[in-house]
Amino acid sequence: MLLGLYNYWIVVLLMMIGFYIVIAHGNLIKKLVGLTIFQTSVFIFYISMGNVDSGSAPILAEGVARYSNPLPHVLILTAIVVGIATTALGLALVVRIKESYGSIEEDEIQIQDQLTEDKTSC
Amino acid sequence: MIAIAIVRTKDLLAVVMLTGIYGLLSASFFVVLDAVDVAFTEASVGAGISGLLMLAAITMTGRAEAPKRHKPLLALLVVFITGGMLIYGTLDMPYFGSFEAPVHQHVAPRYINDSMQEVGVPNIVTSVLASYRAFDTLGEVAVIFTAGIGVLSLLSLPRRRRSSELDESSEDSTEKQMHEQHMVLRIISKILIPFILLFALYVQFHGDFGPGGGFQAGVIFAAAIILYAMLFGLDKARRVFNQSLIQLIAAIGLLLYASVGVVSLFNGGNFLDYNVLADDPLAGQHLGILLIELGVGCTVAAVMIIIFFNFAGRREAQQSSPELNATEQNSPELINSTEQKGGE
Repeated sequence: MLLGLYNYWIVVLLMMIGFYIVIAHGNLIKKLVGLTIFQTSVFIFYISMGNVDSGSAPILAEGVARYSNPLPHVLILTAIVVGIATTALGLALVVRIKESYGSIEEDEIQIQDQLTEDKTSC
Repeated sequence: MIAIAIVRTKDLLAVVMLTGIYGLLSASFFVVLDAVDVAFTEASVGAGISGLLMLAAITMTGRAEAPKRHKPLLALLVVFITGGMLIYGTLDMPYFGSFEAPVHQHVAPRYINDSMQEVGVPNIVTSVLASYRAFDTLGEVAVIFTAGIGVLSLLSLPRRRRSSELDESSEDSTEKQMHEQHMVLRIISKILIPFILLFALYVQFHGDFGPGGGFQAGVIFAAAIILYAMLFGLDKARRVFNQSLIQLIAAIGLLLYASVGVVSLFNGGNFLDYNVLADDPLAGQHLGILLIELGVGCTVAAVMIIIFFNFAGRREAQQSSPELNATEQNSPELINSTEQKGGE
């Protein structure tokens, strides 16, 4: 009955896609998108853990015997909004990097840094 | 599938569009998993605001991604090893949807069984968020507030530049262009915006009984304002919500939240213990939840508006014209997503 674990596999798949984007791509905005995907995979992980067979949404009503676990919902609900706020902060940083370096590709920025370092050391 | 497409696509604009679709999809996924509150938030944040902010950033940074220079093989290897280990780790996890899983054994039964007597709010998510774990939520609101301050300090412009340069000809011409090009959009959004605002208020104050609450309401409220700012020009929107006013609102929201805690301290309870706010503990809980949800809503909405205004203001200051077209083409998409939000 290994198939009962499929939700975790979806999570792992998404997480690895996000991870791959973060480490393999040089573009900073793409990296942020990758982080967002990574983040969503964690959200799905929590929510799928809180799910119960034949459960209902955790709003008390008559005639409902089983509710899914409200605790992960609370944690993720706030995490989503905090996530967008931090992503916005990251994007703001990217914009400033673009303004001062003229590029948002990681390796180009590194080359520029290298050049300025050489200049100062000489 | 969409995630894979995001990996492959080089055009960042398409990536952002795909991210929006991805957000909406994961929102519907959350509905399937009985997490309506979360789905609500994800639909408004993932499909609406986040795509919008990324668009705003892309207009400033350019949309093409440089071709890769190093081999992705090493990265793939690392990813596969990590993924394999994670999947190996899941083999001991409880099955999907099983009732006996350890997650459901500790605090959750108390929330489900007793929250009606202790808090008196049908939506368990709200009662956990705003009452049992209120301190946690206070911290999260503070994080959002701090992120808003961070964006402000990174992107805000000196005041005199804004007033002297931006009200002149270039601004007017783009605005006229938009007025001619997007008549339908403007009229429809004029009709829609009051309803979006009303819906946000409904979500805000009905969060005790149905899905909703301060976080979602704040985001939806901000979405309405941002829609207005996009279609009628930033300056007009700034006239309604000027910078210092929304900064004040953001701070007041957080202060309101924290001061509810302090008041409950003075009334002889613990920090954020609402039972002492009124004679009847349940009435106290209701009052406390209402107030702190209001605080959360204020802060979230104000911070989102601050973030957007600063991104857009920055872009206007740069005024790089070829990229400007990219945003204009996208406004229908954004309105669609807002409509979907309204429909849910």
